[in-house]
Amino acid sequence: MEIKVFASIKEKIGSDTIDLFVGDSITVGELKNHIFVDYPELDGEVFQVAKNEAFVKDDEVVTSDDIVALIPPVSGG
Amino acid sequence: MKMFEVVSEELDINKYHKLTVNEHQGAVCTFTGHVREWTKGTRTVHLEYEAYIPMAEKMLAKIGDEIAERWPGVITAIGHRIGKLEISDIAVVIVTSSPHRTDSYRANEYAVERLKEIVPIWKKEIWEDGEEWIGDSRKYHPSVEEN
Repeated sequence: MEIKVFASIKEKIGSDTIDLFVGDSITVGELKNHIFVDYPELDGEVFQVAKNEAFVKDDEVVTSDDIVALIPPVSGG
Repeated sequence: MKMFEVVSEELDINKYHKLTVNEHQGAVCTFTGHVREWTKGTRTVHLEYEAYIPMAEKMLAKIGDEIAERWPGVITAIGHRIGKLEISDIAVVIVTSSPHRTDSYRANEYAVERLKEIVPIWKKEIWEDGEEWIGDSRKYHPSVEEN
């Protein structure tokens, strides 16, 4: 599953996407656990998850057909 | 013409202003947010903004929907610039119009507060001696940030 990343997370990883080897569908909560295992450099990073360009909670299920993104605390304006 | 957009070039205030005017509206309130050189004694050299553009534009439109529900009759248009911005450049334009002035003032402040909460746009401050993504290592939620 390919996940879009931005700003501080993008800079830490050195790429605008991360690849997770997970099944075809997974909850957002499980996804977050996988991310912290596979990318220990993100330890301590705060982010929300967006599915198809909307914020979702930890019990939401995402599949490989969804557009998934990690959204660090925003600072527009 | 897009009422809610993220752009890379200089923002044209008049464009968003015109989008909110029709024969029902008697008041237009325009807010522009500018790049500040001094923040609590730290001098910013320039800023860089990044956005998750499709989601950011959806969230800006959502703010417009929330406003239309809270203040029926208010029309909203918002433009946010990304990329490298220099001191005093306009980063955001928020225009709200209403039949009478009170609603446009209130809706305008609501829009900027919500923008700082739900719109995936990030600001990096570049100082003379370093740089930092705001909302990252300072660990505060941007919705409570001063202006």
